[in-house]
Amino acid sequence: MEARVQGCVTCHGQSGQGTLSGAFPRIAGKPAGYLYNQLIAFRDGTRQYPPMNYLVAYLPDAYLREMAEYYAKQRPPFETKDEPAPDPKIEARGRDIATAGDTSKGIPPCVACHGARLTGMEPGIPGLVGLRSNYIAAQLTRWRVGSRHAAEPDCMKRIASRLSEPDIAAVSGWLARQEAPKDASPESPNLVRMPLACGSQR
Amino acid sequence: MSIGLRIAIGAVVLVILAVIAWTLFRPGMLPQTTATATATNATTQFLNRGEYLARAGDCVACHTAPEGREFAGGRAMPTPFGNLYVPNITPDDETGIGKWSADDFYRMMHTGISRDGSLMYPAMPFASYTKITREDSDAIYAYLMSVPPVQQKNRAHALRFPFNKRDLLLGWRALYFEEGEYVPDPKQSAQWNRGAYLVQGLGHCSMCHTAINRLGGSSESDAFEGGMIPNQNWYAPSLTSNREAGLGHWSIKDITDLLQVGISTRGTVYGPMAEVVYNSLQYVSDEDVEAMAVYLKTLPKRDSEPPPTSQARLVSPNVMETGRKVYATQCAMCHGAEGGGQPPQFPPLAGNQSITMASPVNSIRMVLNGGYPPGTRKNPRPHGMPPFAHILTDAEVAAVVTYIRVAWENNGTPVTPTQANELRTLLPE
Repeated sequence: MEARVQGCVTCHGQSGQGTLSGAFPRIAGKPAGYLYNQLIAFRDGTRQYPPMNYLVAYLPDAYLREMAEYYAKQRPPFETKDEPAPDPKIEARGRDIATAGDTSKGIPPCVACHGARLTGMEPGIPGLVGLRSNYIAAQLTRWRVGSRHAAEPDCMKRIASRLSEPDIAAVSGWLARQEAPKDASPESPNLVRMPLACGSQR
Repeated sequence: MSIGLRIAIGAVVLVILAVIAWTLFRPGMLPQTTATATATNATTQFLNRGEYLARAGDCVACHTAPEGREFAGGRAMPTPFGNLYVPNITPDDETGIGKWSADDFYRMMHTGISRDGSLMYPAMPFASYTKITREDSDAIYAYLMSVPPVQQKNRAHALRFPFNKRDLLLGWRALYFEEGEYVPDPKQSAQWNRGAYLVQGLGHCSMCHTAINRLGGSSESDAFEGGMIPNQNWYAPSLTSNREAGLGHWSIKDITDLLQVGISTRGTVYGPMAEVVYNSLQYVSDEDVEAMAVYLKTLPKRDSEPPPTSQARLVSPNVMETGRKVYATQCAMCHGAEGGGQPPQFPPLAGNQSITMASPVNSIRMVLNGGYPPGTRKNPRPHGMPPFAHILTDAEVAAVVTYIRVAWENNGTPVTPTQANELRTLLPE
């Protein structure tokens, strides 16, 4: 399988660890269901990123599933962080959103679904550890403006549309500075009740 | 007997009668339709044939929008003259072709004239479909009538003036359209004629493999001579020149593999041809693909075309050295130090016509964007090549493409960084 996915390595790294300071995201260890949903969305054009849309355009479901399962099993080491330390106020706001949410705006904490260790949840919620702040902020912004979606009910759309731009910057920065846990495996589903209904968990 | 007792007895009798009736007249399981029973049914056979032919004609590729319902149209087709929006060909009475007769459908396929009498734009390959037999047209018609109707209004084309005037198509037709079913060549075998019928007709290969001029036409004398595909920025190589994609020196097995599997020991399909294999050719029967190969192999006429002059092939030693270094670091792992590749998974570069042909566009694009061959029934898990656009500079892309075009006795010509830059700025598709 490693030989078959050489098409991925110049961007996502030989084991899916991500490259170019996270501009190309880490895919290793994310739940297979999440990776599969993204591959299908890139193939069918419902998630837009031309280099990916082009690469997977003519690949069948079963093979995309296999690719997703391959990368879900990889556990390459995490890169050392060099995210700049922010202003303490911004730092605190980011930590609050990620760990406690903002009840006044109806924003649940990231950890409620992405896991206490931020390693995601089977089958469809991605881990956030190992991602860079610019990548996380770009994805939240795409969700907010409606150019990225997930299966309905699209919980991430509800959350992202409640986040302001400064909130997105604060929470992306905080998430990107968290150290990866020893065990980076996603959590099992149904250990906790999720605050919002998410189509990708069905 | 009290009234109560009578009612009770009556009720018991009714229940018994109901049980008897249920047992006697209960509908049984429907008789099982076995596979053999299905295949011998004439209507089923006709519809299967229509579906097969519709696949060979790749109707679905254009007539289905991304994420859209099958055959419901709506897909934007960018042309040098503006966007065309492909129509709904599901059998919906209002918005599709539900009210068309088999005669209407044949007239459209054969002459490019729609049911309402309007002239069709030649993005619909009626110049190829005109060669299809009435019988095949009827089978495709029957199949299309059998798919689920989708109510979806056609979107108006967005062509620039003067191309939005359909009357102009009369001129186009006079210049570039010749009506008529395929006429078998009695000097050739039945297999060759079957291949020619498929390649020239349903396959509509000439839509890309014949150069299209500024009026969107292509002349018969240039048939299969190759050309840039408008708006997709891939080069569709000549099928008549053994310097390009001419298959004169290919084995039949390699040709059928390329067309039906997507990979072969001589080369691999990417880009628009990967789409054709994915949506259409992988479903064509072994027998028909072989017939196409037999015909295609006889197309090249210009076998003795002189290679580029040694003057044209001159490469500066610095460029060659850069190219060699990039090749050793990035390419040799899969394509081999001597360009032999690991066919069919990793295509060979040495002696590969698609590398050395005059247009370097496809090679540059592969280096920039990488690519996966299509996942097909006979190769469902293809090996892919990664993009290098973010790793290599324009000068390095040009150097490595130059290197593979002239190394190992390949007789191509050098490529400039400007050529690499022009393709880098385009979105891959």
